[in-house]
Amino acid sequence: MKSDIIQGVKAALLTMSVCCVLYTGAVYAVGFLAADKAEGSLIYEDGKLIGSRLIAQNFTSDRYFHPRPSAVDYNGAGAGGSNLSPYSKEIRERAEKIIALNGGGLPADMVTASGSGLDPHISLDSAMFQAKRVAGSRKLSLDKVAAVIEKHTDSNLKIVNVLELNMALNEVE
Amino acid sequence: MILVTIIIVVSAVLSWYLGQYMTYILDNNTGGNWKSYLKQFAIFNVIMFAVGFAILASQQYLPLNPDGKGALTFDLIFNTAASFTTNTNLQHYSGEVSMSYFSQLFALMWLQFVSAATGIAALAALARGLSGRGFGSFYKDMISAALYILLPVAFLVAVLLIFTGVPMTFGGTVEAHTLEGALQNISRGPAAAFIAIKQLGSNGGGFFGPNSAHPFENPNFWSNIIESVSIILIPMSCVWMFGRITGKMRHAAVIFGVMLLLLVVKISLASYFESAPTGAFAGLNIQKSVNLEGKELRFGTSAAPLWATLTTSTSNGSVNNMHDSLNPLTGLVPLTGMWLNETFGGVGVGMINMIIYILTGVFICGMMVGRTPEYLGRKVETQEMKLVLLALLVHPLCILGGTALFTVMPWGAETVHNAGAHGFTEILYEFTSASANNGSGFEGLGDNTPAWNIATGIVMLVARYAPIVLPLMAAGSLSAKKVSPDTSGTLHTDTMLFGAVILGSIVFIGALLFMPVAVLGPVSEHMAGALK
Repeated sequence: MKSDIIQGVKAALLTMSVCCVLYTGAVYAVGFLAADKAEGSLIYEDGKLIGSRLIAQNFTSDRYFHPRPSAVDYNGAGAGGSNLSPYSKEIRERAEKIIALNGGGLPADMVTASGSGLDPHISLDSAMFQAKRVAGSRKLSLDKVAAVIEKHTDSNLKIVNVLELNMALNEVE
Repeated sequence: MILVTIIIVVSAVLSWYLGQYMTYILDNNTGGNWKSYLKQFAIFNVIMFAVGFAILASQQYLPLNPDGKGALTFDLIFNTAASFTTNTNLQHYSGEVSMSYFSQLFALMWLQFVSAATGIAALAALARGLSGRGFGSFYKDMISAALYILLPVAFLVAVLLIFTGVPMTFGGTVEAHTLEGALQNISRGPAAAFIAIKQLGSNGGGFFGPNSAHPFENPNFWSNIIESVSIILIPMSCVWMFGRITGKMRHAAVIFGVMLLLLVVKISLASYFESAPTGAFAGLNIQKSVNLEGKELRFGTSAAPLWATLTTSTSNGSVNNMHDSLNPLTGLVPLTGMWLNETFGGVGVGMINMIIYILTGVFICGMMVGRTPEYLGRKVETQEMKLVLLALLVHPLCILGGTALFTVMPWGAETVHNAGAHGFTEILYEFTSASANNGSGFEGLGDNTPAWNIATGIVMLVARYAPIVLPLMAAGSLSAKKVSPDTSGTLHTDTMLFGAVILGSIVFIGALLFMPVAVLGPVSEHMAGALK
């Protein structure tokens, strides 16, 4: 019994030092080969941190493309989904509100909250749907906005990164 | 569809070789009986729980806490320590909100390694016991499984994940000034190392609250593929390892075939049900689409039902979409996966669960033809069947008993997030997940309460140890018997017929136990919603 306990403590110390210290250290060291990604794909502008290209941030102004609804108000330090049943009243009411603001015929990703509340992408359909509003607000031609969208579209998945798209638009203007 | 096929085929092929390697690592451990093995097993699991508990309880005094995470409540510490010790990873907290990096790495990630290694060790011992070679030393098994099997694979996956964009930093939360001038805090952390073992060891506990739906935990299409393969790889390999150690590869192939068939049926059903649009949008002017509530766009449309099925077939429990927002009938697929809990199952323990079903099937067949049933040449008698049936019944007892209690009591009923049948399913899912040592959840449930923490903590402990200890005892009693010679009356374990016997026992036992609650929850919600 006693020797079993001593062996157990030794096994715990051994596995902890290898799996927690050495392993973590080795993975951390590899991270320096892709330092930008390992640090969280952060985007800086003039030395100021703007956000992360992987984390959705909120946009409300007409000048910008809007991300998908977020159940946690785009909280990058407390992510989560709505966890509502797809038949729930709340989801319907949210959708009705968004339709009232944006008009009908919009793509489904514009009215559904993502799993993390931080989905950095919108569908290409959603970008095209919003393009008119953004172009109007920025007094740009629709073609020009569409060209920027196209440049930032993942052609296989037909999705667009909202933050990158909005930053590109600022540059075009 | 092509993507799903590729993920399954790649995992199956890789599992063949990994199974070979795992056998090479674990096969040369002889001597010792089931009693000495279980004693070491028990002692080490107590140490795991104690260390996990102590670290979580003192995280506010420990280093690697750049965001200054404070003390956790006693019941949450108990639940979390039980959860990670039992390889469940049910999380009643949100990682980026509550846990310091030290807690994540030294309590939770350490337990992810050793609890997975414990499961693999238990299966290796069971296989050796059934083949009559003695049970070996638990410590030797556990350390080998952790350091020579889990560690190298996890390192490889962690490195791949970093290059897809998973963070690996000790830098703490950063404050960003968004383009519109608002402030956004962004939690980061040493996530890549953690996520690799979380996926591989059928642990499933996320670094961040929304698990692999979080963009840092699963940044793109490719990380999603790597993580999907990682869920199923070692559970698949365990079947081959069992076949090699017992020297019954054809038998293992039959078991693998049955598991694969169940998996494919479940994936197909989930994909079909989830292709329906969000029910609440009926009649609204919205473009037709699959149900996107609770899903991320970057994984593609087939990724969510595939993951939901994989993670609950194995006892992984990580999620890449919010299961609470799955269409009701889709939600039934993860529930079914956890009720049966043997479609590859958790690392090591899934195959042990399968043995419980196999022995039950063998027993029923033996009764039908009026012969003493045999398994791997040894007679299965009253003593073993008592242990096996007890192991079989612990799972439904925990789920149905717990669900019944929490549905009628205010400490359960008042914590549901959705009304009606869906609320019932939230309670049912929580107990199912705890008892299956899965760890996924219908996360709308307000489950960080003393009642939930203590109840699911106890369920996780009971449902982890009974289905490991009882089959090992049965194997111990089987291994003491003489191998009887094959006759024309022997039920051969390497035939299609035997596959049908196992499949039959799984489906019938599963349906008899869980059909009523399936109808009360997901089916009635579907009826209420779809038949308006």
